[in-house]
Formats: sequence, structure tokens, C-alpha cells
Amino acid sequence: MPAMNMIQALNSALDVMLERDPKVLILGQDVGYFGGVFRVTDGLQKKHGLTRCFDAPITEGGIVGAAIGMGAYGLRPVVEIQFADYIYPAYDQIVSEAAKLRYRSAGQFTAPLTIRSPYGGGIFGGQTHSQSPESLFTHIAGLKVVIPSNPHDAKGLLIAAIEDDDPVIFLEPKRIYNGPFEGWRDRPVSSWAGHPQAEVPAEHYVVPLGQAAIARAGEAVTVLAYGTMVHVALAAAAHAGIDAEVIDLRTLVPVDIDTVTASVRKTGRCVIVHEAPLTSGFGAELSALVQERCFYHLEAPIVRVTGWDTPYPHALEWDYFPGPERVAEALRNVLSGEVA
Amino acid sequence: MTTPAQTNAPALSLHVPEPPRRPGEAPDFSGLVLAEAGAVARPPVHAPAETLRDLPYTLIRVLDGSGRAVGPWNPGLDAQTLTAGLKAMILTRTFDERMYRAQRQGKTSFYMKCTGEEAIACAQAGVLRREDMGFPTYRQQGLLIARGYPLVDMMHQIYSNAADPIKGRQLPIMYSSRDYGFFTISGNLGTQYPQAVGWAMASAYSGDDRIAAAWIGDGATAEGDFHQALTFASVYRAPVVLNIVNNQWAISSFAGIAGAENTTFAAKGLAYGLPSLRVDGNDFLAVHAATAWAAERARSNLGATLIEFFTYRAAQHSTSDDPARYRPGDEAALWPLGDPIQRLKAHMIREGVWSEADHQSAEHEAQEAVRAAAREAEAVGTLGQSRVSSRTLFEDVFAQPDWRLRRQRQQLGV
Repeated sequence: MPAMNMIQALNSALDVMLERDPKVLILGQDVGYFGGVFRVTDGLQKKHGLTRCFDAPITEGGIVGAAIGMGAYGLRPVVEIQFADYIYPAYDQIVSEAAKLRYRSAGQFTAPLTIRSPYGGGIFGGQTHSQSPESLFTHIAGLKVVIPSNPHDAKGLLIAAIEDDDPVIFLEPKRIYNGPFEGWRDRPVSSWAGHPQAEVPAEHYVVPLGQAAIARAGEAVTVLAYGTMVHVALAAAAHAGIDAEVIDLRTLVPVDIDTVTASVRKTGRCVIVHEAPLTSGFGAELSALVQERCFYHLEAPIVRVTGWDTPYPHALEWDYFPGPERVAEALRNVLSGEVA
Repeated sequence: MTTPAQTNAPALSLHVPEPPRRPGEAPDFSGLVLAEAGAVARPPVHAPAETLRDLPYTLIRVLDGSGRAVGPWNPGLDAQTLTAGLKAMILTRTFDERMYRAQRQGKTSFYMKCTGEEAIACAQAGVLRREDMGFPTYRQQGLLIARGYPLVDMMHQIYSNAADPIKGRQLPIMYSSRDYGFFTISGNLGTQYPQAVGWAMASAYSGDDRIAAAWIGDGATAEGDFHQALTFASVYRAPVVLNIVNNQWAISSFAGIAGAENTTFAAKGLAYGLPSLRVDGNDFLAVHAATAWAAERARSNLGATLIEFFTYRAAQHSTSDDPARYRPGDEAALWPLGDPIQRLKAHMIREGVWSEADHQSAEHEAQEAVRAAAREAEAVGTLGQSRVSSRTLFEDVFAQPDWRLRRQRQQLGV
């Protein structure tokens, strides 16, 4: 089985789908001849043809609007928004149009498009290349939201997203494109080489939407995380020497509530980690869901470790980033009962 | 308040456009420059865009003041096509009047008439094919009516009753009919424009022979979606007919607030390299001819055309609006380009293919058709008397409901 980093795995997913389904096409800024600023579409235009993977003007609203029309026609467009920070000009088309077409037309028109976008920080990208806008989409009826944490899942989830008959927001944690990142800013960068989840089948396979994975089984505390923060949570558990159960949500909407509930009922404790700001972040939804279903099993308050309620900074990135020290402290606190 | 100018330079002043006349004043159309009927040349459809740059600044007209069809844009329609077009316009106006009254009687919450603009959708419905896809805004009911879409289904939608084809999901008049080439209407203005371009690109990508069309109002051309769509249409030569219905008014804002003091709406296509026409929207024959020209360009893989239809919103914006508060009351009656129904009628009578008696009988037929549809729709129920099952609230959010929707449906107890 070939070893792939996340970029190669996503490229393989797109390659497989272009090969299998003539209704699949890709558009976005710089995705054509050049192959994308992160190289995710590298070689796809040359292999599959100019009209299968092509450059789009710098107009995110136009890109998504056109893709909705393509979806309504019967195609399965895959759109790349170059950075999630650039997605806001397309917000009306995503929220008012893509998400609502099936409902408002009683099924006459649908928008089976996949919107891929690199997101998240830890790359010294500053405010406009680091944001985590997932909760702006998890709140919208009619959207699914997917975030992979490793090459194997990235490919299988992207294929599932493209094959899904509804619009999917597919956010790619760009900090871990080339290797898992545990959040230690001063340690050497690691690559995916040798990582078990970098073993990626060359052929078509699906990781179903709506199914979480248990990244680390444990008994002491449940950690809910996704994307880069899965690796940070694993590092934090090791750093604190705590037998945490780390759940990689993989799909935020619809979230795998059964896996979450079973884990928290078992451990009696729950820490939620995301890079996005605290207030109204997806952690708030997770916290409410856990409270509603696991209240009588909880032995400590649910704790969220997140980005601060500030814009994403540049020079102070590592003060913002919820790294393993902060997560480890939260793990210790929910075990000792010292929760503010 | 900021401090006044610090230098001897002349003080700047902010310009806020105002229409020439307000309520209580006599309408003033002296600013309108209207080309004579027949005066504008009709270039071949394959003429390069750079040879067509005068077209956005004139006005393509076919019907002159005496009802004659003149000039190179005369589409030469046969009596059958003319009759069908006139009947569709009469039926559209009759339907509008009936549903306006229904709203005033409390049978529904909201209605929007297209009075004075009937020629646009009714002529275009016959040029575009039903298999093409139209991305309308909210004043193109003539497309459905001219294609014979059941009036009763429109009424079911307006009444949001149990037989509403879209299950009571949308505000009245926000129709959707895939089978009639009518895309689901959005209340967020302008969003349909890039979608139409994308649909057209998909057709071209697929080697299909269908084209798309989109409609937008003069006011909504200020939305980013309009410019995004023109960029896409130009870049990818999408087979799409992009229509601007310039009816002079965006609720209470005159077209000057959307930039009409400084240029024409058609001229906005020039910077994108799109052939752009400006057409008398109250002239059925001119609408037909211009749309046929644009559709032929699209079908010949020559790409998109922008068409501004110059017309007047004779009715209020919606049943929630009162134009007497912001424009002269008789402006519609005195509109220099007249009433599209009267103009086509005069032409057909002049041509000897129509008579006053035919007209009266067509109006009577329209009344009867609308009355029969209303009886049928009201038997199902008007707004609030009848509605779809509460279970349907949770349907069509996704192809398959997830656990949240299943649980919430149980919580509602349905």
C-alpha cells in the first residue's frame, strides 16, 4: 500500500473520482495547470483534461454560485477555496443557496457540491491565512461539515463527500498536510512517513460521513477533537501521562453522537479541543450535547480548550494556538477536580 | 461633524441621486432618449463584440407608434405566435389581478404583480425552450403562464396549501418547476445570476445543446453576484442569456440609485467584453427578436449576451408597498413606451390577425381560466386553511435525514 501525505491522499481521491465519474469536475483559483498553491490538484488537469480541472477567477462567490448551477444541472463539482479565510465572499451562496436548494424546491433542485478549503493555523499565516470557520457552517441547516486528521481518512472522506448528494464543506487542516503536528512549536517538524495512517490504498474507498474514530482508547477522560487538534490531544495525553480516550470526530455535521456519548459515559469526564475561538465555537455544541446525554455520568465540568476570542495573530501565534501544554493542563484539572 | 475644508480649494459636496419627480408633481420623462422604432441595425450573431459597442446606448424597438412592425429587428412572427403571445400576456395580467385581490381578501400573505412587464417573460418563454433552464427573479411569472404551467399549481404555491408543489417551503410567488425550465426563486437578490452561468457551463461541459437564461432587476445589478456572473460568463463563454429587467424602480429607489444616471445597465456588459443589447421591454416583437438573437449566439457556442429590457414597473413592488409615497401616481399611465398588451394588440389589429372582439373573448377566456383555477385551489384551501403535514418540516433538508432531524421530528411529535 502506498505511503502518502495528506496532499497526495487528497490528490488521489480527486484523481480516482475524475477517473470514475465524468460528472465530477474541479474549479478554483490556481487549481489547473499549476496544480493549486498547496499542490492538491497537481497533475490532474494534465491527466484528465482542461475542462475537468480548471482555474477560476478570484471571485469566491462566483465560484460557488457557478458550482451550484453546475450541481443543479447534474454535475458533481468540487470547488477549492484557496484559504478558508477567503470563503466569506461565498457565504451567501453557501448558506442561502447551496444549503437550501433541496428544501426550498422540495427536492426539484439539489446542489451536490463539495467545497474544499485549507483551514487552521500553526503556519505563521496571520489573520487571513489561519482561521477556523467551521462553526459558521455547522450552524447552517442543509450543510455537512467534514474535517480529516490524517491521509487515510482525508482520501476516504473526500470521496464520500464528492459522492454525497448534498453540499459538503470539507476543511483541510493545512498544518498537517505534510506531517502530523503535535503542537510543540520548538520541536522538529515530522512527516507522514512511517505513520500508520499514511498507508493509503491507491484505489477507491470511502470513509463514511458521520462516523468518528477513536484515535486513542482510554479510561480516564474523553477528549473530543478534529483536524490538527487530534494530534495535539494525543501529544497532551502522553505529556500529562493521562489515559485519555481521544475521539477524532472526522465529521462535525452530522456528528457521531453515539461514539461521543459512549465514551463520556465510560470516562465520566470530557475535554473539548479546537483551534477556533471559544465563543459559539463547535465546542459549545459538543458541550451541550454531552451535557444533555451524559450529565449523570459526569464527574467534572466539561472543559473547552480553544483559540482565544481574538483575531488570529501573527507574531503571537503560539500564545493563541491551543497547544499540548494547555490541553494537558485541562486534562489534569478535570481529573483533579480543579476546574475553574 | 467634521471640520470644513482647510485650504482654498473648492469644498467637495456629496451627490445623492434623486428622481426627477416625486408624489404630487407631474411626471417628467424629458431625460429619456428613445431611439425610433426600426432605427437600430441588427448585426449578425457572429459579429465580434468590439463591433457592437454602440448597442448598449440605444434602444432596439420594432413596434412604432402606429402599431407597425418596422426595421431589421422585426422578427416576422406568424399569426399563431402573435396570438399565443398576446393571450399569455392577457392571462398573466388577469392572474395577477386575481391574486392581488386574493391577498387583499386575506387569502394569502403576499403577492407581486408584473403589470407592464408582461411582454418580457411572455415573449421569452416562446424563444427559450422548456428544456433550457431559466433562473428567474420574482417578476417572471409570465414564463410559467406562457408555457402552460397549471395556474392552479401556482395558486397552491401562493396559498401555501397542502397541494403546494414545494410543500409550503417558500413565500408566495417563489415558484419552482424543474420540468418547465424554471429554477427555484431565491429571495436573496442576484444569487441566481452566477448559478445560471454555472448551469450553462455545465451544459457546455457536457456537450449538451441546452442553454440557460437569468433575470435580474435594475436594482440588484449592484450586487456582487451580477458582476461575478458576468466575469464567469465572459471568461468561459457560457451559453447563457443574461437579462436585466430595468423597470425603473427597486422598491422605492429609482434606477439612479443603481447607477442609471451615469450609464445604461446594458453598458455594464461592455467592460466584460459581452455583446450587450438595450431593448424596449414593452415591445413584444423587440423582446422576441433580441432574445432570439442572444439565444442563437448561445446555441452557436458564441457565448453569453447581456440584454437590458427597458420597461416600467406599473404596479407596486409587492402587496406590502405603496408607490404613491415615493413617485407620481400617474407615472405608469404616462410611461412613454406604453402598455405592452395594448401595443401588441394594436399591431395585430393593424395586421388583420386580431380584432376587438377577439380581444374581449381572450380576456373572457382568461377570466374563466383563472376563476376555474381559483375555485380548484381554494377548494384545497387558502393560506392557513390547509397546509402540508408537519412531518414534511424535516424532509428535504438532506437526501437522507440524519439522527438530529429524526430526533427533532420525534420531539415535535410528528
